[in-house]
Amino acid sequence: MTLTRPIAAIGHNVLSLLASIGRVSIFAARAVSHLFRPPFYGREFLHALVQIGWLSLPVVGLTALFTGGALALQIYAGGARFSAEAVVPSIVAIGMARELGPVLGGLMVAARVASSIAAELGTMKVTEQIDALVTLSTNPMKYLTVPRMLAATLAVPLLVAVGDSIGILGGYVVGVTRLDFNAAAYLKNTVDFLEFWDVASGLVKGAAFGFIVALMGCYYGMNSGRGAQGVGRATKAAVVSASVLILAANYILTEVFFSA
Amino acid sequence: MIELRDLHKAFGDNQVLRGVNLTVPKGESMVIIGGSGTGKSVTLKCILGLVPPDSGTITVGGKDVRKTDRDAFLARFGMLFQGGALFDSLPVWQNVAFRLLRGSLKRPRNEAHEIAVEKLRRVGLKPEVAGKFPAELSGGMQKRVGLARAICADPDIIFFDEPTTGLDPIMAGVINELIREIVVEMGATAMTITHDMSSVRAIADKVAMLHDGVIQWSGPVSEMDDSGDPYLDQFIHGRADGPIESVR
Repeated sequence: MTLTRPIAAIGHNVLSLLASIGRVSIFAARAVSHLFRPPFYGREFLHALVQIGWLSLPVVGLTALFTGGALALQIYAGGARFSAEAVVPSIVAIGMARELGPVLGGLMVAARVASSIAAELGTMKVTEQIDALVTLSTNPMKYLTVPRMLAATLAVPLLVAVGDSIGILGGYVVGVTRLDFNAAAYLKNTVDFLEFWDVASGLVKGAAFGFIVALMGCYYGMNSGRGAQGVGRATKAAVVSASVLILAANYILTEVFFSA
Repeated sequence: MIELRDLHKAFGDNQVLRGVNLTVPKGESMVIIGGSGTGKSVTLKCILGLVPPDSGTITVGGKDVRKTDRDAFLARFGMLFQGGALFDSLPVWQNVAFRLLRGSLKRPRNEAHEIAVEKLRRVGLKPEVAGKFPAELSGGMQKRVGLARAICADPDIIFFDEPTTGLDPIMAGVINELIREIVVEMGATAMTITHDMSSVRAIADKVAMLHDGVIQWSGPVSEMDDSGDPYLDQFIHGRADGPIESVR
């Protein structure tokens, strides 16, 4: 009996993990199916676009700026070991566009947006606002979830594009002012080595990360437990799961896009 | 007419409804009383489709609620929630006119605004309140806004979930009077759940007591005090001793 208990516990955890994956998948499928069926709530979509996209610009921009600068310093220091300091502009650009722009942008949006969506929807659930929506002949999935998921899927690639540009700018500023690069040569190296797919793959990743962030925020918010503790737990679960899924999805997408 | 037949509902091991039978004739005001956790809210939520019953039938106007068009069915209802359940992100008038701004009952924005202001006036609130947000209002005002939202689309059936909870006795009396006036004026069928006996006496035509998952007693409010039912007597007089177990 004592020997089988740990195995039973592992089995129980595996089963509950599989059940959670199933519930999230069904939730995502339902949300996506509602994307194509009226009614559409344009006003709610625009509001979500502003909340998720526009208001995340400062945090994503600042993150990219400092990351680009630090990346330039690191590559310069590392490159000096092989007399390869000249690769700083191209590696900063490729690193920002392919990896750091989308991943750090996605993680910052996860922290800011998944938490706020989960807390907002969780509070709405606890205070019966979601039940009220149903009694007012409004489908909560269409009214609350679909606009947020669509807005995040469209806004995060735009944030990534802005973040990439600011990150490269950060590298440029550090390169020119601290590492004595020639400004024109730095820009030429950046443009010459950066390929279309470097940027496009980052934007596709951004769209996937935006979808994940909103999905986790909405799923945990709509299924929040009772009371302040329930909302707190939902918020934490939304941020943690969104962050882990972003990193996992990043690896999978990188394998798909760049494995030889 | 609303008719519940042999309604059962359990949450895990907790069997909340064990065969509820209840009839609410058209145009009547039925108040359901009972202790906390006896399934009053669950009963309302089953009727509205917010909680699916495990078994039993619910008919409204002779039609099984699970077989009717959901939008058309819900368009006949108004509901005042216990905590108001107002949408924080919308101003008061958009809360009140929510149903009129989208869906099958959609009206032009100006018209919806006018109707909202009129309904706010009906529940004793000034037009200035229309532009405020729910968080700027007192508890009593939020209840009134919730009431205005419940009646905004002139429903045939109105549900009131603990309409006076958290209000001072004077404000509770005002809300009770408003509910009674509105129900009579609109000729609506009303179902109210409450613990507040002053609400029962002010609002009810008939009373049903829910205990242990079944309707323990039902009848006209005028017969409530002389029912001879020991459960009902204990509840309406608020006695600790009696057949209903009280946790101390």
